[in-house]
Amino acid sequence: MIAGPLAPVAPWRVIAAILLRDLTVARRELPYFLVRTALQPILFVIVFGYLLPKMGMISHDYSTTMLPGVVALSLALSAIQSVALPMMQDFGFTKEIEDRLLSPVPIQLVAVEKVFAGVLQGIVAALFVLPVARLIMGPISGLSFGNIPLLLAVTVLGGAAFSAMGLYLGTGIAPQQIGLMFSVIVAPMIMFGCTYYPWAGLSRVPVMKWLVLINPLVYVSEGMRAALTPEREHMPVLLILAALVLLTALFMWIGLKAFDKRAMS
Amino acid sequence: MNAIETRVLRKVYPALAVKKRRGVPAPPVPSPAGIVAIDALDLAVAEGEFFGVLGPNGAGKTTLIGILTTRVRITAGEAFVAGTNVATEPAAVRRRIGVVPQRPNPDRSLSVIENLVFHATYFGIARADAQRRGQELLERFDIGDKRDARVDQLSGGQQQRLMIARALTHDPQVVFLDEPTVGLDPQARLALWEILRELHGQGRTIIMSTHYMEEADQLCGRLAIIDQGKLLALDTPAALKSKAPGDTLVEVTFDGDASIAADSVRAIEGVSNAEARGPLLRVFSKRGGEVIPALINAGEVHGRIVRDIHLSRPSLETLFISLTGRKLT
Repeated sequence: MIAGPLAPVAPWRVIAAILLRDLTVARRELPYFLVRTALQPILFVIVFGYLLPKMGMISHDYSTTMLPGVVALSLALSAIQSVALPMMQDFGFTKEIEDRLLSPVPIQLVAVEKVFAGVLQGIVAALFVLPVARLIMGPISGLSFGNIPLLLAVTVLGGAAFSAMGLYLGTGIAPQQIGLMFSVIVAPMIMFGCTYYPWAGLSRVPVMKWLVLINPLVYVSEGMRAALTPEREHMPVLLILAALVLLTALFMWIGLKAFDKRAMS
Repeated sequence: MNAIETRVLRKVYPALAVKKRRGVPAPPVPSPAGIVAIDALDLAVAEGEFFGVLGPNGAGKTTLIGILTTRVRITAGEAFVAGTNVATEPAAVRRRIGVVPQRPNPDRSLSVIENLVFHATYFGIARADAQRRGQELLERFDIGDKRDARVDQLSGGQQQRLMIARALTHDPQVVFLDEPTVGLDPQARLALWEILRELHGQGRTIIMSTHYMEEADQLCGRLAIIDQGKLLALDTPAALKSKAPGDTLVEVTFDGDASIAADSVRAIEGVSNAEARGPLLRVFSKRGGEVIPALINAGEVHGRIVRDIHLSRPSLETLFISLTGRKLT
């Protein structure tokens, strides 16, 4: 015989169960995940942080500029991909997300959970790249871990902004256009994200200096500079944090709208 | 309390934007009001019923199940599952229902048993209980040996059984199945029928859509026949069959347009109705195949030669054709 209806479940328990599912899957795919998100930044570190300085073509000092940018890039890339790729897959032909959309919580929470999982994966990627980059480049002058709260704030907010962006890209863009998404959105974002040069350096090209402000990656790169190499010139911390909060809210808003459209017909 | 209740339920999908292409004539433009998938539908299904929704492809079956399982937005009207409003309390509805989709959609990143265990934990079931229950379900559905396999190592029938097992992990009161036997071989279909009978025997309400007459006839206590979003008939399979008009459906295919012969065919003794569709003439006969010579003759008088003749005994199929003018499959 059938029991009555299942007792109501606290939404946080449902979300925790779905998060556990995501982390279980992520743990199994960890090597692929690290290759996918950390290889590009590490290759860059090898060329610009090791080979070129060794050849004497750029100064060793460049490492100090580049390290925070590389950490920012890994964080951003992994956060975007951790949300956008599964969303595209799950809403695509296989409709795998259906079993989570049938869980007893408002469906928006399923999207929020995914963003949260994206932040965690972004942190893992950043934590992986930081020591590897330091190892390849050798001692880095001016590197400091004196401001852990700021480092944490930039990491979490940066991860949130890019996970939320991943939510929008993964649900708002047709799966056939995924290649286009990487070449038209992600590639320019990397090149103009102040990852490989400081924002202050763009004073030589004032138009660029203002144009790049629409690029979310700029704030994560500069935030990492503020946290890891505080002695060097960087954007004001307050501006960085405010921009990241605003971007997170904006992407969350359009991301949830796009998610809703895909999840309910 | 009814397991399912809908009141003047209506669902309209927004019209698709039609892209113009050079050199290609524009396809007929859908009405700007959109596509009506469910139209003023009133349904009541009692607790413990095995209820079938029968209709051809595009009749609105999947939309109806989508609405009742909180996955499709309602345009107008109301729908309740186990007394809970689908639109305003979707999470509460989801606690009470199990859903078996049209196409298996297991979580491919997880193993077979994990599909069940994680799904149960989404409903607040403790992990140890979920493990035990998952194992029981796998064994009951004869996929216990695939416990740790990846889901894509399962056959179509096994995946479908996994979907049923998943729908049952949280012990739902109402189980929805959307055309569950499409694409299964006859043996797997019969095995599935057994499972469905067993679930029903346990006191669950079962709502199943299908476009197989035989399946609806064999399994369902009551049947709703829908087409183009409208309810055309609702009764037990036996009562519906007794409503089938005429005695026998005779389908005659001519070598050209059949409509010129329709009027003279209707005048033949023993013919209760005749309807032409292109070269096809559908004749409802009170005298079975006895009218066939007269039908051939009626065609010849108008210069038409018979290409094919097909007889169907009165059945849900003939009722359906008389209601909609369309075949089910």
